[in-house]
Amino acid sequence: MLVGVLALQGAFREHEKILQSCGANTRQVRLPQHLAGLDALVIPGGESTAIGKLLVKYHLLAPIKELGQKGLPVFGTCAGLILLAKKIAGANQPALQLMDIAVARNAFGRQVDSFETGLTIPALGEPDYQAVFIRAPYIISVEPGVEVMATYQNKIVLARQNNFLAAAFHPELTNDLRLHQYFLEMIIN
Amino acid sequence: MTEKGTWTVKKGMAEMLKGGVIMDVTTPEQAKIAEEAGACAVMALERVPSDIRADGGVARMADPTIVQKIMDVVTIPVMAKARIGHFVEARILEALGADYIDESEVLTPADEEFHIEKHQFKVPFVCGARNLGEALRRIAEGAAMIRTKGEPGTGNVVEAVRHMRRVRGEVRYVQNLPKEELMTFAKKTGAPYDLLLQVAEQGCLPVVNFAAGGIATPADAALMMQLGCDGVFVGSGIFKAKDPVTRAKAIVAATTHYNDAQILAEISTNLGEAMPGMEINMIAPENRMQERGW
Repeated sequence: MLVGVLALQGAFREHEKILQSCGANTRQVRLPQHLAGLDALVIPGGESTAIGKLLVKYHLLAPIKELGQKGLPVFGTCAGLILLAKKIAGANQPALQLMDIAVARNAFGRQVDSFETGLTIPALGEPDYQAVFIRAPYIISVEPGVEVMATYQNKIVLARQNNFLAAAFHPELTNDLRLHQYFLEMIIN
Repeated sequence: MTEKGTWTVKKGMAEMLKGGVIMDVTTPEQAKIAEEAGACAVMALERVPSDIRADGGVARMADPTIVQKIMDVVTIPVMAKARIGHFVEARILEALGADYIDESEVLTPADEEFHIEKHQFKVPFVCGARNLGEALRRIAEGAAMIRTKGEPGTGNVVEAVRHMRRVRGEVRYVQNLPKEELMTFAKKTGAPYDLLLQVAEQGCLPVVNFAAGGIATPADAALMMQLGCDGVFVGSGIFKAKDPVTRAKAIVAATTHYNDAQILAEISTNLGEAMPGMEINMIAPENRMQERGW
């Protein structure tokens, strides 16, 4: 299985390491030709505005959107979640807009408010998942067809819609493989 | 249980900046330009290093009014510089809500003997280092991110190259040392032993390592990336250039596509003049910013 990791900016190497620990092969994606033959794509944490600009500049926005619409599994974390959302509150920035969700950026506050917490994710079972939130967004609202997979203080922080999975936190910063394994199972099914 | 300001959260914040460019800005207008050019963060300071070098006098933390205004106009992280050892400036920046503090040799040191005890803060810190021992001392004090010192404000990348090669070289060296020789290395270099053991086992610094000090062109940024840094700080290099917007965008693209010479060639054309450069040996050793801190 070959999983592409968008490598324009952010924590792409961490995703690669975890995916490799789960038995997947990985490829860094910086240009459209790197998308050929991928079984799935991960969009890492980083700065969504910086990543969005490079997506446009290097002609990746349209091809990734098309692949997603055709069914390519895509997993976005933090900045990746923002780029997957149809609507970004108060912002007008380039995005893939593949998921029927609205998000708020930096919604838990600035870096001094960044936190980690044990998160109950029913789809992953016991124990709680240690989730790291860094200047994190959350999902304000979801349209029908989007499955809410986890909430923190009544805010949606993990959601799935068909072939798309989006987390407000950083599974790439922990040693817990379960969420990446869940994504790899999505690819197989 | 929910915890703020943990080591994971501080170090993780730096992980999110990787592959990106952090740009020095002195006004909200410059911050806006940096954000639009694709900076992954901005660094708020009173004057860019080349002006500090030219003007002389005491360089302090930026005016909190300016830091606040910069935070108001951009959505990307805002970092700010505090003087070495000036823990009150750091507390003020933390209270303002700065996302990262650079305890920086670019400013006039407030303490010639002691750096800030950074573990006591919720806000994360980045510090400069010229070698492995210095990097590990700063990390032991609580720095969650390291950068080369380079020689700020010169537009001359030679010192940043020296510091990056030195740190990477020493990491490779200690990886190959038998364990009984590590304590002697720690003694000679002043590296905290526990952290040194960790580096010897893992073959890398325990935190993100950026390049800084003298980066002026897309090629400089790509050079530092190829030498193994995780991202770059650009100080005077952008707003002292003829065309800051074009140059800022080009340096962002070069930091992503650092390994693709074709793309580097394309983005290096029509940039206008770079900032004026300076020979390091024209700066008396006592005036070199990299000698500040220990």
